[in-house]
Amino acid sequence: MTRISAKRRWRDSGLALLMLGPSGIILGMFVIYPLVKAVILGRQRCNPTGSCPTTGGWRQYVDAFRSNEFQDALIVTLKYALITVPIGLVLGIGLAVLADKYIKGIGIFRTIFSSTVATSVAVASVMWFFLLNPNVGVLADWIGGVAKTPGLLQSPSTALWAVSASSIWANLGFTFIVVTAALQSVPKDLYESAYVDGAGGFTRFTNVTVPIVSPVLLFVTVVLTARAFEGYGEIDLLTGGGPKAKTTTITYLAYGKGLPTSIDDGLRATVTVLLFFVLLVLALVQFRGLEKRVHYGN
Amino acid sequence: MATDMTSQPAIPHRATPDRAAIDQIRGGRKLGRYALLTVMAVIVLFPIYVMVVGALKPGTKVLDQPLLPSNFTLQTLKDAWRDGHLGRALYNSAIVSVVVTFAQVITSILAAYAFVFLKFPGRNILFAIFLGTLLVPLEATLTVNRRTIQNFGWLNSYKGLTVPFLATAFGIFLIRQVFLTIPKEMREAASMDGLGHIGFLREVAVPLSRPTIGALALFGFLTSWNQYLWPVLVTTDSKYNTVQTGLKALKLASLSQPNLVIAGTVIVALPIFIVLIAFQRQLVRGLTAGAVKG
Repeated sequence: MTRISAKRRWRDSGLALLMLGPSGIILGMFVIYPLVKAVILGRQRCNPTGSCPTTGGWRQYVDAFRSNEFQDALIVTLKYALITVPIGLVLGIGLAVLADKYIKGIGIFRTIFSSTVATSVAVASVMWFFLLNPNVGVLADWIGGVAKTPGLLQSPSTALWAVSASSIWANLGFTFIVVTAALQSVPKDLYESAYVDGAGGFTRFTNVTVPIVSPVLLFVTVVLTARAFEGYGEIDLLTGGGPKAKTTTITYLAYGKGLPTSIDDGLRATVTVLLFFVLLVLALVQFRGLEKRVHYGN
Repeated sequence: MATDMTSQPAIPHRATPDRAAIDQIRGGRKLGRYALLTVMAVIVLFPIYVMVVGALKPGTKVLDQPLLPSNFTLQTLKDAWRDGHLGRALYNSAIVSVVVTFAQVITSILAAYAFVFLKFPGRNILFAIFLGTLLVPLEATLTVNRRTIQNFGWLNSYKGLTVPFLATAFGIFLIRQVFLTIPKEMREAASMDGLGHIGFLREVAVPLSRPTIGALALFGFLTSWNQYLWPVLVTTDSKYNTVQTGLKALKLASLSQPNLVIAGTVIVALPIFIVLIAFQRQLVRGLTAGAVKG
């Protein structure tokens, strides 16, 4: 028996190589290699033609992290996440709960609430660019004040909130769909027994629904946070990082127009590697902090 | 998780008093819920409504009474289509997304099969490495990938837009999860009947995994269609604009004609709306797949 399985162990190797080859080559060349290479490149300074003659050494990471530009971008990114994630979660969960029970015509409402998932970041951002535009936008006329001059996207104190509104709207469909699917998977007899035990509507929600959908809520939180940290298109199309860098997130600092990183691949690599580490730390914190409260069935 | 979002559960409600009290809402509360649902629906749809109304007006009328449809015309849509070269952009996006989706499905199935049904040394370590690539944010790789694509001479080409995304660890993981649910006895029985690995893959494993493969395909298509930063980095020639970069170009070129950009947005958004309404079920499955434990 053992001899046969040992033989088999090697017999499959050729086929395994063929089947894993395509994925292995692509993941190796375009995920693993660039990550390793970016860590090395992040120690260098490059000129606009792409050659990288000078080495700043590991200090380049420390200096970049401590620079005002990075610190400001880190704060903007954290603010952006702290605005979009909780509000997006509450709205998405609220809508999902509202549309969870079956009443006539609920399918139409569910389709409407899911609809923003069909808008790409470019579509959503261009839409909101015009909605918020001080000259032609409908919202600007209604709100008045700072929304007219200089405009919500143009005023340093409101720009990040305006970008957040666009992003919350764009992500609402995703949150709604995922939470709705989770709510629908809650076994109905659990509600019944809770009801028989005398639990009211709110208690049933906090003691039955929330524990069962908690893995999904953790998942949505992680995805929304990652989207806030990696957001680029909405910043590029709505504000271009301005005014006064008030909407320059870390990702925009790395890839935005007219910034030092746009002509220096070395510096760009430094910032993106720092972004990678920030996200890694964040993921650890999120899983550590939330895992304890998450209930996995069975 | 394959919850149908548009219809009620297939099992009819029993009319026991308890159940009725829990599940049904009556009278005033029902009315209140409809009111709340309607208010929320109006808020969510508002930006879309404003765009559609604006896109169906002539340019001169777009600013007066933006909320009311008037002077209905398709001319603005036609102008946006022409000025934004949106036909070309839609074609490019379709080519890129179909190629990426097709390739991701194939590479994911092959790799997942190897990880589940083949025995070879280093299998677990290799799987851990593959899975580890999921932790790497796209943005951390794009700088070097752009240099790679440039060295290959692939800037402004379909190759540059597609090749880095022809495989994905997410897809491999997803398909592997379904393959793991196929009993090992089935493979053994098939082997006795003289069915090789390729035969088993084609005749048993893939047909059994069709719903998940569908979900992966839709998810891959959407992700690829919505790519923004990568096309910005590797294309400068407007001939290779995707719908996303095409929209950006239209916005920059037509700042003084908001109606054109609004109409362009509607044109760009429409195909995906249709695709998603047609494939709602796969979408739910694809989006929730990441939340499965395992």
